[in-house]
Amino acid sequence: MEVKEKIPLQSIAEIYQTFPGGELMLTTTEKFFKWAQVSSFWPLTFGLACCAIEMMATFASRFDLDRWGMIMRGSPRQSDLLIISGTVTIKMGPRIRRLYEQMPEPKWVLAMGSCAISGGIFRNSYAVVPGVDRIIPVDVFVPGCPPVPEALMDGILKLQDKIKNSKNDYRKVER
Amino acid sequence: MNLIAEQIETYKSIIETEGDTLLVNMGPQHPSTHGVLRLVLKLKGEEVVKIEPVIGYLHRGFEKLSENLTYIQIVPLTDRMDYLASITNELAYVLTIEKALKIEVPKKAIYLRVLTAELQRIVSHLVWLGTFGLDLGGALGGGSTLFLYCFREREIILDLFEEFSGARMMYNFNQIGGLRYQPPLDFFSKLKATLPKLKQAFAEYEEMLQENYVFKVRTKNIGVLEVSLAQRMGASGPVLRGSGLAYDIRKAYPYSGYENFEFEIPIGENGDCFDRAKVRILEMKQSLRIIQQALKGMPEGEVAIRPPVRVPTAVKVPAGETYMHIEAPRGDLGVFLVSDGTEKPYRLKWRAPSFSNLAVLPFISNGHKVADVMAILGSLDPVFGEVDR
Repeated sequence: MEVKEKIPLQSIAEIYQTFPGGELMLTTTEKFFKWAQVSSFWPLTFGLACCAIEMMATFASRFDLDRWGMIMRGSPRQSDLLIISGTVTIKMGPRIRRLYEQMPEPKWVLAMGSCAISGGIFRNSYAVVPGVDRIIPVDVFVPGCPPVPEALMDGILKLQDKIKNSKNDYRKVER
Repeated sequence: MNLIAEQIETYKSIIETEGDTLLVNMGPQHPSTHGVLRLVLKLKGEEVVKIEPVIGYLHRGFEKLSENLTYIQIVPLTDRMDYLASITNELAYVLTIEKALKIEVPKKAIYLRVLTAELQRIVSHLVWLGTFGLDLGGALGGGSTLFLYCFREREIILDLFEEFSGARMMYNFNQIGGLRYQPPLDFFSKLKATLPKLKQAFAEYEEMLQENYVFKVRTKNIGVLEVSLAQRMGASGPVLRGSGLAYDIRKAYPYSGYENFEFEIPIGENGDCFDRAKVRILEMKQSLRIIQQALKGMPEGEVAIRPPVRVPTAVKVPAGETYMHIEAPRGDLGVFLVSDGTEKPYRLKWRAPSFSNLAVLPFISNGHKVADVMAILGSLDPVFGEVDR
């Protein structure tokens, strides 16, 4: 027997409005967790190449990713977002795989820049992995060489949308 | 690839049976390694006994890739090598080709090249200063204060670059025979308005660092580099000048019209981290001086000797060998070109300053504490796109 939701739960803000004072909140756990996950990504401090500088710029004064609750973490065990910012070489590949495996679930991967997407300008090189999606599953691709901070921010917003709108299991990434 | 076997190989070289020592593996993912450097540290308590840097995590095969590209197609590739100072890389490469082709560029192009190269030096040193603040951690008000300040000023200059070339970091802006674009109409007036802001900011940084007790304690007498060692290891740029040797290629072997500009070479005394930091901050001020002179003497006219080349097979360098080096923000950046007369280079060798500067790290960090290793590494300012190439 299916239990249908009687009140359509649109957003957290709406639920707050239905209960004056906001002391009591009714929601599904899934929705609540998604809200929490979306509101504070903790990316890993992990710069690979040129894109890392733009990533740093995005975290710095003008663009300020702290607005979305994003705080850099030094350890993969504390982070839930891996931003692949730069060229993945064959020597670095196994390390990236290991970093990804060290991160606790739920976790997401954002491939930043042409090199992480497809190898970019270095695709023909003997030392470069043509796309990080050959090593780890990627959720969002941000094109550019390097992507401007606005593009990275757009990618993060896309990732937020993806998590919010995923039906059942957000971890089900097409691998 | 066998990861474990490779690690055992690295450890074998560093393990010697010697009492209570601890091996610590730092990197390739580490917040302070400025990219993807791996350091195998042998520690005795807190003290560093031996360091072995492991490089090659960002080896992208620039030199081999260049052999399959035409001379004009290589320019965007050089941008990505020392990614903090794209314009100086382009400049080094383009000057090499121009030297081989024996062509003269218009005077306005020369001035604009000097101007942009010095702006790039400021940008590069700002990123260095910001990350150095992060490396020193709590020394500078919670670590990220200086980082945020430096990136604030960096954005101002990047806006100018974006207006000029269309890109924030990878400009593809110098071309063989001049520059790709004329500067926009209000570029010079905007730049003039920016200079006082930068000057004020540099004064702020100087005060912030040189008067700061914690900063002095963290950097003075840490990682002392003797001049003789620096010369022997081929260190150059601020690392060499911090040790007290006034060697600057802009003065020693002037290129691209640097002989027309007045500036001083700041040098340090002891060769410690503090001196290297001081030299870089003073260098930014000297760069401002050069920019002001370039703005004052900016000639009118074309910026390229011929219209931008659309067909990428247009340039053919006569057979022979050419070497050209310039003063990049990190030091002596050299390009060695072997040409066989076709439209592609036979061999293109880069002499990267970061690589030689990084090589002094194992020699100057012995006997220091673990936390000082990050300060020393930060003061050497390696960029791994350039170290590994």
